[in-house]
Amino acid sequence: MKVVPGPEGYIPKVAAMEGTNLPSSPDKGLLFGEEVDEEIAMREAAKALLTKPNPTIFPGPKILWGWSPTAFEEADAILELAKEIPNCRIIPMPDYRPKYPKIDPEAEINPNHPNLTILHNRIEACIFVGVHCHYANLSLRMIRAGTNCFTIAICGELGHEDAMVTLRDAHGEKIRKFKDILIQVRNELGIQWEPKLPPPNPSLPKENWETVSFHDYGEYAFLLMPKKGEIVTDTE
Amino acid sequence: MGLEYVRITTGFEDYMPKDYVDLVKYGQFGKDYDIQELGTFKELVEEHPMCAGCFMAYFIRVFYASLPKPEDTIVIGTAGCARLQLSQAAVPFIYGNYGDTNAVASGLKRALEIRFPDKVKDVVVVAGDGGLMDIGFGMTMHSWFRRERFTTIMVDNEVYGNTGGQESGMSPKGVQLKMAPKGKKFDKINAVELAKAAGCVYVARISPTNPKRLAKTIKRAIIAARHFGPTFIHAYTSCNIEYSIPTEKVLEDARNREKKDFTFYEWMSDDVKNYFEQIESNKEGQEVKV
Repeated sequence: MKVVPGPEGYIPKVAAMEGTNLPSSPDKGLLFGEEVDEEIAMREAAKALLTKPNPTIFPGPKILWGWSPTAFEEADAILELAKEIPNCRIIPMPDYRPKYPKIDPEAEINPNHPNLTILHNRIEACIFVGVHCHYANLSLRMIRAGTNCFTIAICGELGHEDAMVTLRDAHGEKIRKFKDILIQVRNELGIQWEPKLPPPNPSLPKENWETVSFHDYGEYAFLLMPKKGEIVTDTE
Repeated sequence: MGLEYVRITTGFEDYMPKDYVDLVKYGQFGKDYDIQELGTFKELVEEHPMCAGCFMAYFIRVFYASLPKPEDTIVIGTAGCARLQLSQAAVPFIYGNYGDTNAVASGLKRALEIRFPDKVKDVVVVAGDGGLMDIGFGMTMHSWFRRERFTTIMVDNEVYGNTGGQESGMSPKGVQLKMAPKGKKFDKINAVELAKAAGCVYVARISPTNPKRLAKTIKRAIIAARHFGPTFIHAYTSCNIEYSIPTEKVLEDARNREKKDFTFYEWMSDDVKNYFEQIESNKEGQEVKV
């Protein structure tokens, strides 16, 4: 079966049940459901990230939380990769719990309804990394069912059949190798880009409220600081 | 989970949603807040899909704010109202099949003791009257007979609220419900006495009108379960929909029931009593090894 960007329709068949097998060795990857050398898979993934609108990285809990020394190393590598992708965004998946009434699709992605984030932000190429396999499988299938997003799974274990590109046994070193190939492809395509970090999460406050002072209010500071002898009786 | 996990990897602080940054900075992990400080720290559960005026939602809010070690706690729930809110909290949650919560908790507690021999992991079952005293009765009782060391909290709304209002073993005698129009013919099960007889070392019955007392009861039940054996809390959490209690009268109803059949009751074994006397007289409130 050729695993291509959707929308495939409601509840598509699982690629694994349609004869797609996981990459047979650590130096192999999957490209549209077929086993290829990982460099070839990386090149195609890089092309998608460089040419499709709104490329986004979805880091999962294994990258976001400092649960082991390798998490810090992989987090570093992911940020290095994000710097090199033009106009890339990072939208995290910090955990898997259901959210009521609804997530903020610009601030996070939830594996139970990933298409809210993908469709809201018009993402057409994305990377799943550091998401536990059972939830990655769930989300990747839903994305293939309902969107035209090109999915890339950078997996620390065996990979994911439902992604268009899968890299397996991918840790810090392999992520950096992917970054190098991406730079190479970018140069081949003639895309000019100065490495820079993606914009921060829009849900974070723009100011640091812990250190904010009266002077930060500029000409309106007088509204906060009563003048000497002034007693404010009427407040809003 | 563990306290060492509650930190964001370097560089990703700017990419996490605000909720999670606040949880790490101002949350309960690794800190010991008093329940009276509620509102000054980031709570483990905030939004939930429970009905307006649900007393169970209030109970669960206080429950999470009272956990002695949220970073080392796993909560188990089952079908019913409570799991709708429990699953949204920033504490690992396991959904047991209907009735098997205490069997799942037994296995989990034993596995955690093997996996983390140098740590104490708290396992807490929060399930309804149907999950624990009707359908899950056998597994609940047997976990107590086996003296499994975890806490069981029964959020008793006296009805099957999710499925339209059938009577449960915990519905009061004579009560008429939407799906039980003839009225209940037998008495409410005396869960507290059953728990005592079955081997629980700490048992409490409470109508959660006083948050400070409720928080103390929850903390005591969890700490006693760490060292001595099974503990049980029977909490009255009315269903304002099935019992047609106006939202503004929910607390008043809880106070009325407290005066009748839900008077605060706490029983503990002598070992547990001595232990709490020892740690509660200790000014720093440090836990003592048993």
